[in-house]
Parts: sequence; structure tokens; C-alpha cells
Amino acid sequence: MSNSEKEARKKIRRAAINKNWSLFKQSRLGIVGLGIVLFFAFLAILQPILFLTGVWNEAVYDPVVGYEPERVNLLVVECPQQYPTEKYAEPNDCPARGEVNKVLVFDPSVSVGDYYETSLQPAPPSSKHILGTDSLGRDIFSQLMEGSQVAFLLGLLSATVGVALSTVLGSIAAFFGGRVDAYLMRQSDLVLMLPFLPLLFIISAFVELKVWHLAVVLGILGGLGGSVITIKSAALQVKVKPFVDSARITGGSRMRILFSHILPNVAPLALLFMVFSVTGAIASESVLSFLGLLNIDMSWGLMIYLSQTDGYIFSGLKYWWLILPAGLSVTFLAGGFYLVGRGLDEVFNPRLRER
Amino acid sequence: MQENILEVNNLNMHYETLGGEVAAVKDITFHVKKGESFGLVGESGCGKTSVAMSLVQLQADNAKISSGSIKLDGQELIGLSENELRSVRWDGISIVFQGAMNAWNPVIKIGEQIREAIREHYPNNSKLQNIEKIKELFEMVGLDESIIDRFPHELSGGMKQRAVIALALSCNPKLVIADEPTTALDVVIQDQILNEIKKVQDLLGLSLIYISHDIAVIAEMTERMAVMYAGRIVESGPTKNIFSDPKHAYTRALLESTPSVVGEKVKLNSLDGEPPSLIDAEIGCSFSPRCSKPTENCKSGKSEMGLIEVANGHFADKCCVECG
Amino acid sequence: MKKNLIEVKNLEKYFETSAGLFSRKKSTIKAVDGISFEIPFGESLGLVGQSGCGKTTTARALCLLDEKTSGEINFYNTDTKNMESIDNLNEEEMKSFRRNIQMIFQDPYESLNPRWNIKDIILEPLNIHNIGSLSEREDAVVEILKTVGLTPPENYLPRYPHELSGGQRQRVSIARTLIMKPKFVVCDEPTSMLDVSIRISIMDLMLNLAKDLEVSYLYITHDLAVARYMCNRIAVMFNGKIVEIAETEELLKNPIHPYTKRLISSIPVPDPTYERVVYDIDFTELDNIISKDTENIGMVDIGNEHFVATHDVKGIL
Repeated sequence: MSNSEKEARKKIRRAAINKNWSLFKQSRLGIVGLGIVLFFAFLAILQPILFLTGVWNEAVYDPVVGYEPERVNLLVVECPQQYPTEKYAEPNDCPARGEVNKVLVFDPSVSVGDYYETSLQPAPPSSKHILGTDSLGRDIFSQLMEGSQVAFLLGLLSATVGVALSTVLGSIAAFFGGRVDAYLMRQSDLVLMLPFLPLLFIISAFVELKVWHLAVVLGILGGLGGSVITIKSAALQVKVKPFVDSARITGGSRMRILFSHILPNVAPLALLFMVFSVTGAIASESVLSFLGLLNIDMSWGLMIYLSQTDGYIFSGLKYWWLILPAGLSVTFLAGGFYLVGRGLDEVFNPRLRER
Repeated sequence: MQENILEVNNLNMHYETLGGEVAAVKDITFHVKKGESFGLVGESGCGKTSVAMSLVQLQADNAKISSGSIKLDGQELIGLSENELRSVRWDGISIVFQGAMNAWNPVIKIGEQIREAIREHYPNNSKLQNIEKIKELFEMVGLDESIIDRFPHELSGGMKQRAVIALALSCNPKLVIADEPTTALDVVIQDQILNEIKKVQDLLGLSLIYISHDIAVIAEMTERMAVMYAGRIVESGPTKNIFSDPKHAYTRALLESTPSVVGEKVKLNSLDGEPPSLIDAEIGCSFSPRCSKPTENCKSGKSEMGLIEVANGHFADKCCVECG
Repeated sequence: MKKNLIEVKNLEKYFETSAGLFSRKKSTIKAVDGISFEIPFGESLGLVGQSGCGKTTTARALCLLDEKTSGEINFYNTDTKNMESIDNLNEEEMKSFRRNIQMIFQDPYESLNPRWNIKDIILEPLNIHNIGSLSEREDAVVEILKTVGLTPPENYLPRYPHELSGGQRQRVSIARTLIMKPKFVVCDEPTSMLDVSIRISIMDLMLNLAKDLEVSYLYITHDLAVARYMCNRIAVMFNGKIVEIAETEELLKNPIHPYTKRLISSIPVPDPTYERVVYDIDFTELDNIISKDTENIGMVDIGNEHFVATHDVKGIL
């Protein structure tokens, strides 16, 4: 390839990217979604940076084994039987911040009115821990960032596996037709019928599910399902186009036509599916972790799981930092990917464009 | 001197797009006499469909008429409210769209769709009156009255197109615009439909604007015509005169590049280049890149544009007339 | 005695369809119902007829895109110097067949893969048949781009189809088709979707290339005027049968079959002073006669290499 050709290619590619970007920009949903995704991506990257640069001391801030050694002095009180009293309006107000209930202190030498030194976990947000700590003294913000890494990893891996599988299967079904097509469609119907979550529960009973395993399982389940049918119909549309006939007349082998002609034209649709399936992957992971079925060190679902097992989940807003950050993150990131998919739809599907 | 059914003066229309303003119709002036057929010929992108849409004020949302006047039987159309326009459309002026045979609603019977149009303009008619009217129209265009109860997919292309013409005639319009009505049809069917159109025109005394890229059809169907290129009229006048003595280089090129089945086989002259994109700004004559004898003035824009009369009623762009 | 490139004898292509949702009966659509013709080297045949008459089906059968139902198709094999059937070709013969037959399609927007750039599109045939070295192939692409008028070639090589106009795309199709120097090219209405002012330049290009490369065309069109410009001989098809076949000027001056006469007389003439007289016929009657002709009555030679189908045509005049 001559230099001028390389130049021309670069220019054309740049122009194409610019055009697609300006189309994408028009979709407000897409921009919002992209913003959300980028925010969480930033969080994911931030954690190792903070560790590497020494801003955070790993011993303290590690999401799994970190421990905040800070100890506080708490006033020992005895919570009354009847409410309201002059100090407390409701049962929930006792013990208040900075106080501890006598009943919970197991040191017989301590009595009401003394100051008891203990470590206060879970600790509310403070200047040292932006989002507070959990009951084991681990920094919530750090956990959130770790969860972000898990979400991205899981989401993108499962989406890639799923899309690769469905694209290849859909194209094969469209191209070869006949019995191959019939088999693949029945298989797809079968997978569609299987209840998704219960199936995951059963799988987790047999196989120890780590993040990688879950990603691949999710990918396979997603890839064998309904998306095969949609991709097949897109591939069928490509198959009857004159340029495919042209390749056949020229003498192209079936494999060549399938991979060089049909697949590239089906790819944009597949990319769209990929983005949408990330949403499902993130949501599935959080459900499974919440039910304690996954062998994961840390994830958003796990954070909520822990707050449930520790009994804080029904304490309302008193321990909000244990639940809200993780829950909101799942919602926002899953939703963010969905919005990006909507924005991409504008780029890839010209019929939807308004101008 | 016959009265004019349509007078268009200095019509300018542009589209507002992402890339900026695109002028689609530039300073168009022409008139159609009562009862005559007027032809508008040009290639894709020359603006003829934009002109047609402007005449019935059915242009796209992002199309704006920046200036000019359109007078239908003396009544100015630009500036009318939507309500006033609705009474003019179909009743005063109706249009047979390009690809109209595909514009039928597939789930409603043909007869019902035509009745809808009639009801809009004659709300006091009874259903029976309307059906009688449709039977009349169908007879005029050569359709069997059983078609009234058929769905569009049951009809062939030719039948659908005839039904479209019946629809266009349903409210007794004074002027009918036919935008490439036979483009997708076989040549035998085209011939039959062109005959129907001529017959109907004679019967009803209609005025007709016939838009096409096929110069042979224009030759057979029209008494006066205009040639459009890149949004402007470059030549206009009586059809016979334009064919026998074309003045503009583009008109000549069009005539010389049309193969025919009659007469001797001639070597045709091809036209280099492509019709211009309307987004690019125009310097001078937009045809000059493809002209076989462009002068310096043509290319640099120094020559004057604008139609001048070269013979009785025959107009052409000034610069071309001068360089001959 | 002219050497034939292609001989087609009694080609038939039938489609089976089921008559309705609950009906067991299958009806047969005879898209091509027993046609025969020959194309000598260096000559072009026009296949003219209305939509649905079977011309595209014939083209696809000739290129082995769809399987014919019955009949013979023979091509001249340059190795054995013989006319050989294209049934049951072994792999090597198939490769040779694919090198020598190409097709140009009607729709410039759908006949190029939108994800490939122009260079790869034109390179593809050379890659499939492994012709020459990589640099030789690239040189050939540059050469053919110049030949079809897309200059300077460097401007076009990295571009994608959607960046080109309809006329430019057809030129790319022509380049891709002719880079292999095939002997036979089927052209399926290649100019009908192009602007009128561009058509002639594309047709001239094809005519010049035919002369230079000694290519024969089977030119399919519904427009007799275009067929006249491009072809030595014209075959008129109706409902799957050829009703008349003759040299172009002979056909236009001296049409015999009523359908041919109707066809020719229906074409609008770009001359406002010309009085066109339409030779009308009864189409339902013609349809009847043609569909009843199950024995392929055959063509009669009325001299001057002019053949007409021998149906009893009195009823349709």
C-alpha cells in the first residue's frame, strides 16, 4: 500500500468516525448513558491508581481485607423501655451517635455513664471514608470501585461471548438453511423457554461460579437465545443482496461468503445487541450475589448481600451507606449501558434518524 | 389569449439540513395555460419534485419557501393557512405522486380510500353519490368497477397506477400534477396509461403538469415544457420548438443522449460527469463542468444567468444563447 | 461459420408453489418455458421483455446461480476446443467457468458490499482465483480503475461504496466484473437506475470494453431503445418463451410477431412531430396461446437469421 493510500485511508476512517460521533451526539439518551458508563469506568480505574500512588494505604482501604483501625470513645447508655422520653423520641434513636447500648457491651467492668473505647463499625461517612465503612471495617467507596471493575469485566466478557456466539450461529442458520437452520432455531426456542434465573441457581449448585465462569455462562445462555433469531433474519436480508450473488458468480467459496460478506454486514446489529446484553449481565450478577450464590470476593451485589446478613438491610436510612451506593450503582450502570445502546441505535439504524 | 391556470413567479425554496441550507428550487418562473399539458423534465436532484411539492404545499418539514409566488387560477397559494390549503388541495390542484402506487394503505379497500378524499371536499354527498362518482372515474381510466372493493395488493402495478389517477381526479381538480407516474411500469402499460391520461384530459378539459426524466414521454405528452438543471429552469417554451431548436447546452445534451427505436441508428453523445450536488455553492453556470463548449464566462460566473426570450414563448439561459 | 460461445437449447426453469394455506396441490410457475438461442464470439444478444417474462431467471440459470429445471446450456471450452455442457462440472472446470462468466447487476446501491472499500471489492475476483502476486493484483486494480474512467485511482481505492454516486458505483461493478477478462458477461439492466445523462457514458464504456477484451454480453432490458444501442441481436421474450429473435436493425424494421410489433410501437419517441401508431393486440388471447404451447412449437427461420415462434397468432390481431 502506497503512502498516499495510507493517508487517504486514515482520512476516510477519521471522517467516518467523526460522522458517527456527531450522529451519536444527537441522541441525548446516548450521551447521558455514555456519561454514566464513563463515570463508572473512571471509578474502576481509580482504585488501582489510588493504591499505586500511595494515596490510599492498602492495609486500610482494601475492599476485602482492609480494616479501619480507628477507634472511638462512646458513651455507654442504657436504653429505656418506654418511649418517648426527654432524650429519645423513638426506639430507633437509642443509642444515638456517639453512644452505645449497655446491653451490647460485653465488658462487665463497664457501666452506664462510662466511656467505652471500641471500633465503630459500620462507620458513617467521614472525611477519611467518603462513603463510610461496612461492619468489618472495610471502606465502602473502595468496595464500590472494586464492584465497578467486576461489573465491567463481567458485562463486557459475557456480552462478547454471547454476541460472538449468536452472530456465528445466526449467520450459519441463514446461510446454510435446511436442516442446520431448523436445528438451530429449535435450539434457540428451547433456550428461550428456559427460565433464566432458576437455571442459574441450578448451575451454581453444581459448579462453583467465579466471575469468569459466570460471565461465560451468561454469555452462552444469552448467545443461544432469541438473538440468534434476530441475527438470522438480518443475515437472510444480506444473503439475497446482489453483491452476495456477485461473490458466488465470481466463484467464492461458501465459507468466504459467510465470513467476508455476510458477517461484516450483520456486525453492527450484533454490536447493538452486545451493549444491551451488558445490562442484563450486570443485573444478573447482582441478583446472584445477593442470593449468595457466587464465589466472588467483592461486587455490588455482594455488598447488599452482606448488609442483609449483618442485619442492616431493614434499618432504614440509619445505615444508608451500606445499601444505597451499591444498589444505585447497579441501576445506573445497567441503565447507562442501555442508554448507550439506544444512542448507538441512532447511528446504526438510519431509518430512525430524524434528519 | 387563454387565461393561465397556474402562474409561478420567482419561486425559491430551500431545505434546512444538518449541513446547512440547501437551495433546491432557484428562481423558477413558468405558467400553465388552461387546458394545456406542461412538461417539466430533468434528472434526479434537479428539483422537479420539490417544485411539484411546493405547488401543492406538501413539502417536507424542513423545506422552506423563501420567496416567490404561486397563483392558482388567480389565487395566491403561498401564505395560506393550513385550512385554506386543504380546500385547495385535491379540489383545485391534485397530484399523482412518484411511486404513488405504493402509497395505497394496504389494509383499506381502494374504493374506501378514494371516498375518503371525496368526503373531505364534499361532506354532504351520500355514500351512493360517491360510489357513482368513483364508478365514473374508473370508467374514464379503464378500470373495472369491481376494483372498488379490492385491496391494493390484489391489483397489478398498472391497475394501482390507474387507481391513483382516479384518486387525483376525484374532486374535480382544475390542475393535475403527474410526477413520474409511469416510471416503474412496463412500456406497454405505460403506453396504455399515457393514452388514458390524454383521453381524460380531453374529456374533462384538465390542465396537466407532467414531470419526468424521460424526454420521449415529455415529447409525446406535452405542448409546452421546461428543462430543469440543478434547481433552475435552463430552457422553456413550446415542446416542438425546443426539440427542433434547443438553445441550452444541457437541453442539447439531453436530446443527443436519448436512444430511440425509430429512424437510423445514430452514435449518441455521452455527457461526462454527474449532476451536481445541491449542497455545494454555485459559481456561475452549474452546467459548465459538463458543457462541451464552455466559455470562460460560463465557468467563472461572469456571464449573466436568467432566461431571455429567443423566439415567441421560447426562453433559454442568456449565456448559452450568446455562445450558441 | 461463426464460432459459438454459448448455446442454449430448450432451457426450462419451473418454480413449485403451494396453492394455498390448506391446499395440498402445488402449482407450477413456468418462469422459463423452453427457450433456445446462441451467442457467437464477440457478439452481444439483447433479451427484451416485460417484467416477469423470465429474462432475469434465464440470466441466473446461465450463471449457475439457480439450478435449471431442464435443458442444455453449452459453453465453449478453450482447452478442449469444444462446446461442453455446464452440468456436472468438476472443481477445476467450475473454476474455469467462474472465471469466464460474470454478471453486472441493476442496482448500483446493492451490488457492492457496503463494508468493503473499492480496492478490496475489485481485488476479490483476483484473490478468489489466486491470479498473480499481490503487487501484480494491486497494479491490475489501478489499471482497471483508469480504464473505467475512475481517475485518479488513488482517490477511489480507499473509499467505500456509499461515498460514490450511482454512476461511479456501476463503473466499479464493471471494473470488478472485467478485471478477470471474462468471455461472457450477463448485464441485468445495468443502466435503468442511473440518470439519463449518465447512461450513455456507461453503455459506451461497456461497448468499448467489449471490443477491446472480446467479451460477449447477454444484455437484459425492458427498454428496446437501449437494447438497440448495445446489441447485435435481440430476442423478445414473453411469458417464458422467446417469440422472436433477429438482428437488431432487422427486428426493428421488420417485426413479424404481433407481440414484437406491440412492443416496438409502444415506445415513446423523443420527437414531438412523430405520429406514433400503436399496434395493439389482445393480451389475454396471446397469454392463452403461449401457455397452451406445451410442446414448444419452435421457431421458423424466415431468412436473414430472423426466427419467429410459430404459434397460430390470428386470434390476437
